[in-house]
Parts: sequence; C-alpha cells; structure tokens
Amino acid sequence: MRFGFNFMLGAFLTALVILAGILAPWLAPFHPVLDADLMNSELPPDATFWFGTDAQGRDVYTRILFGAQISLTVGIVSQVINSIIGITLGMTAGYWGGWWDDLVNGLTNVMLAIPSLIFALAVMAVLGPGLPSLLIALGLTNWSWTCRIARSSTLSLKSQGYVQAAQTLGYGDLRIMFTQILPNMMGPILVMATLGMGSAVLSEAALSFLGLGIQPPFPSWGSMLTDARQLIQLAPWVAIFPGLAIFLSVLGFNLLGDGLRDSLDPHMRTRNP
Amino acid sequence: MVAGVSLRPTEQPDCVPPILRAVKPEKPMLRFALRRILQIVPTVIVVALLIFIIFSVVPGSFAASLFSDGKRAADPQMIAQLNAQFGLDKPLTERFVTYATDLARFDLGTSFRTRQPVADLIGDRMWASLKLAIAAMVFAVIIGVPLGFLAALRPGSVLDTVTMVGAVSGLSMPQFWLGLLMMYLFALQLNWLPSFGYGDGSFRHLIMPAVTLGVTPLALLARTTRAGVLDVLSADFIRTAHSKGMSEAKVVRWHVTRNALVLIVTTVGLQFGSLIGQAVVIEKLFAWPGIGSLLVDSVAIRDIPVVQGTILVIVLWFLVINTAVDLIYAAIDPRIKQE
Repeated sequence: MRFGFNFMLGAFLTALVILAGILAPWLAPFHPVLDADLMNSELPPDATFWFGTDAQGRDVYTRILFGAQISLTVGIVSQVINSIIGITLGMTAGYWGGWWDDLVNGLTNVMLAIPSLIFALAVMAVLGPGLPSLLIALGLTNWSWTCRIARSSTLSLKSQGYVQAAQTLGYGDLRIMFTQILPNMMGPILVMATLGMGSAVLSEAALSFLGLGIQPPFPSWGSMLTDARQLIQLAPWVAIFPGLAIFLSVLGFNLLGDGLRDSLDPHMRTRNP
Repeated sequence: MVAGVSLRPTEQPDCVPPILRAVKPEKPMLRFALRRILQIVPTVIVVALLIFIIFSVVPGSFAASLFSDGKRAADPQMIAQLNAQFGLDKPLTERFVTYATDLARFDLGTSFRTRQPVADLIGDRMWASLKLAIAAMVFAVIIGVPLGFLAALRPGSVLDTVTMVGAVSGLSMPQFWLGLLMMYLFALQLNWLPSFGYGDGSFRHLIMPAVTLGVTPLALLARTTRAGVLDVLSADFIRTAHSKGMSEAKVVRWHVTRNALVLIVTTVGLQFGSLIGQAVVIEKLFAWPGIGSLLVDSVAIRDIPVVQGTILVIVLWFLVINTAVDLIYAAIDPRIKQE
C-alpha cells in the first residue's frame, strides 16, 4: 500500500482531534462548563484565553477541546451503527436474494429518497434533543450506501472459488457470510465509514446549531456557534474557532477516507498517479 | 492530489438508475418516462407510512410537550381538549386511516399551534425555498462546472491544484459557518449586503444565502466534472478523434462536453436532495422564510402535523427532481436508448 500526502494530512488532522478529545481534561486550562465568569465575558484572544471567551465568560479553547469528545463520539458511534445495519442488511440481501433482497432494496431506495439531514431532524423531533437521540438519529440515517456496497460486494464474492468451497464443505450461511465474505469487503466499508464520520460530524454540528442536538451548556462545536450570530459583531472569535475545529476535523476524515480508498483501489492509482 | 472519483453517494456508478436497462425498443422514451413517473407513487406512499410510524411510536403525548414550557407541567384539561380536537385519543389504526384518506385528498392536516391548514403554511413559503434552492444550484453550476472542466484539461496545473484543494475544503466545511463568516464580512463589516431576511424579495437579499448554500454542490460539481472529463479524455474515441486530425477545441466541444454532460446532469440532480436538507440550516441562519425554517421552528415547538407535512413535501420535491434527472439523462445519452 502506498499513501500520498493527502492521506498523511488526513491522518495527522484525525490524530489531532482524537488526542484533543482524549487529553482534554489535562490540556484544558479551565472547566468547559463551570468556569463561567461574567467579568471575563467576550474577551478577545490573549495569553490566558487563547481563543478568547464567550458571552458567559467561558474559555473558548477549553470548550473546543471538550467539544472534540462529543464530535468523536457522534462520528464513531453513528458510523458503527450505520455499518452494522448496512452490512447486515446488504450482506444477507446479496447472499440470500429472493423476497428478502427485494425488501431490502425497496427500503434502501426509500431511505435514499429522504434527504439525510431531514430524516435525522424527524428522528430528533420524536426523541427530543440530547446526545443519545443524536446517536440514534445519525446512526439510522446513513446506512443506505453501506448497504448497497455490502450487497454488490456479496453478489460478486458469492461466485468466488473459496466461497463455493466453503459451501461444499457444508458451512452454514451465517458462517460463510461472516468468515468468508465479510473480511473481503471490509476495505470499501471502512472507506464509507471514514467518509461517513465527516458527514456525521457536520450533521451533528448543524443539528446542534439549530438547537435540536446537543443542548447548552455542553460544549458541542455546533451549539457553540448558535450564539455566534448575535455575538459575531462584538466577538468574532466565538464564531471563528469552533467552526475551524469542525472544518479541520471533517477535512481530516475526508482526506483519510479518500486516501484509504485510493490505496485500496488499484484502478484509481493508475489513473491518478 | 485529491482523487478524481470517490465513493461519495453522488459519484457512485450505482447511481445510474437500474430501470434504464428495461427500456423496450418501441417508443422507448415515452414508455420509460411513464414508468419512471409512476414509480414516484409507491415511494411516496411508503415514505408517508414511514413518517406516520416514526411519529406514532413516540413516548408520551405530543400535546403534553406542546403545552409544557419546561418549568411546569401542562394543564391536563388542555391536553385532553387538544387530543380530542386532533383525534389523538383515537386508536392508532383509526388515526392512520384518517391520515391516509386526508393525504389522498391532498389534505396535510392542521397545525397544532396556529390552527391553519398545513398545506397553506407550506404553500406560503414554497416560493422562497424554491428561489433559494434554484439560485444556489445555478451559482454552483456556473462556477463549479467550468472550474472542473479547466482543471481536467490541464491536470497538475496550478488551477487544477487550487480547484481540488478548494473542492475538498468546500466539502468539509460546515456551510452555516461559512454563512456566518460571510455575514460578518459582507454585512456587518463592509455593509455591502443585508445580513439576513427576505426583505422585499430582492436579489441583494438572495445573494448570501444562495452562495452559502451553493458551496457544497459547487465543490462536488467541480470534483465530479473533473473526474468525468478525465475519464472521457482517456476513452478510445477521443484518441481516434485526435488521430483523424480533429482540432483540440473541436474534440472538447464535440466529444468531451457531450459525454461529460451526462455525469454533470446526474450530479446536479442528486445534489438537489442534500441541498434541500442543507437549506433547512441556511434558511434558519439567514431568517429566510422558506419551508426549511418552517420545519425547524415546528420541530422546536413539536407541531407534528406541520413537521410531517413539510417532510413529505420535501421528499416529494426530491423525487420529482430525481425523476426529471433520469428523464433528461435518458434523453441526452444515446447509449441508453439503444440498450
């Protein structure tokens, strides 16, 4: 495998976000929620408050570090749920075919007919705001493409010699699916999940910005931007830094996903040297 | 450099509608068009059913959350009254029959909050949303397609690098953040444009929301166009055209443009879907009076009939656009008709 500059940059940005999230309690100079001091509100960036302070006088830098925890949780958990749903439905549909395949195909098409942010919004409307509902909403939203990839990979892997050998040996359907087929399609699924992390982080930010996701005072990057519209004239740093954090982490996931795909797909490499 | 083709939904080869294979030779276009249009109906029915189910499994009553203001519980008498008025106390099956028969008559129900018909609420705001979505798409196409084209014709050039870096950045950026920054720069600092609102519906009010909303489709279009053109450029018929002495300009005009167009049209169509989703956020940011901000406001106050109706209209809109794209696709790609 050969990794280009993009992949390295993506890996670096992703590592940065993960480190920020894990080390937040040690790196942060303040407490993200409790260290509010109205005497310090809307201070510009300086030596004490690296990214300035918000309307409640909380340190923006501290809140961004802790925000990484929320974004990573949302990104990883939602993609795990997405992949489990997508793989289970797609693999069984491709392997068994018949009415089950038709049903899964129909469901996938319906899911694709609903814009993903709108679907997540509908689920949030029912479950109410908060992290658990957000994880469910985003976990249920984006599995259709994983499902399609899993299905088409299964269809082509089914005719491979080793799968047919396993069938001849009398392996059960589930055993074949999980030991013979699944390991051989993990590449594209992993690419989808990495790219999906980026869009999950963006969706979380958008929903929290609308006031329907993570609720204040918890330091989600999206909800930090909710107040920014009123504050931006006096305290532009309140808008700039959380947005930059979202941008750089999503850029990291996207570059990582693109790089992974390029190194997994030999066809791509020859065309884009 | 950033890869030309990616696994993103809109760039998937899977996006080519599978129905295209089934076209019969006699009057193929007409039959195909009819079939494709009729396919909208079952999808809408399933989506309507799905929406009904999602909003029926909810724990607790909507009426309770509608009247409680977070501090004290709602008055039980008011809850009972609202439940009776909207038939929420009836059994689930009966409610579904009412919902379905109303839908069949294009009645989307009545708002919990304003007591107006949902269809009227949506109708009042439809035009603003359409205007914004079309303006954003036009912006994305007139900037994104030429950029992708030029980048592909000069791969590795400065323009190519800048375009592709810009494209991956555009895809990674939270659009509403870009909108905030533009609001700060162009409205608050430079005072060139109004910072938010619909105003009198003038072009000046449209510029910032449309540009903000258009950034993601622009980035994706530049990327897809570049990938598509590179793909066509390596095809055998381009080599043939060159070797028979056709000029570069003519090759690009005759062969490359026509073949890349298919991919571009598909991307534009599919992007409308995520554009409608994103429009919800952008409309809210710029206080744009479209159906997106109606949806967000209704979710916040749990005005469920409006939420259901808005989502259904958005899905219907998306399906109509996708169908139109498939039809245009079949019309401009001669290979599809021969199959």
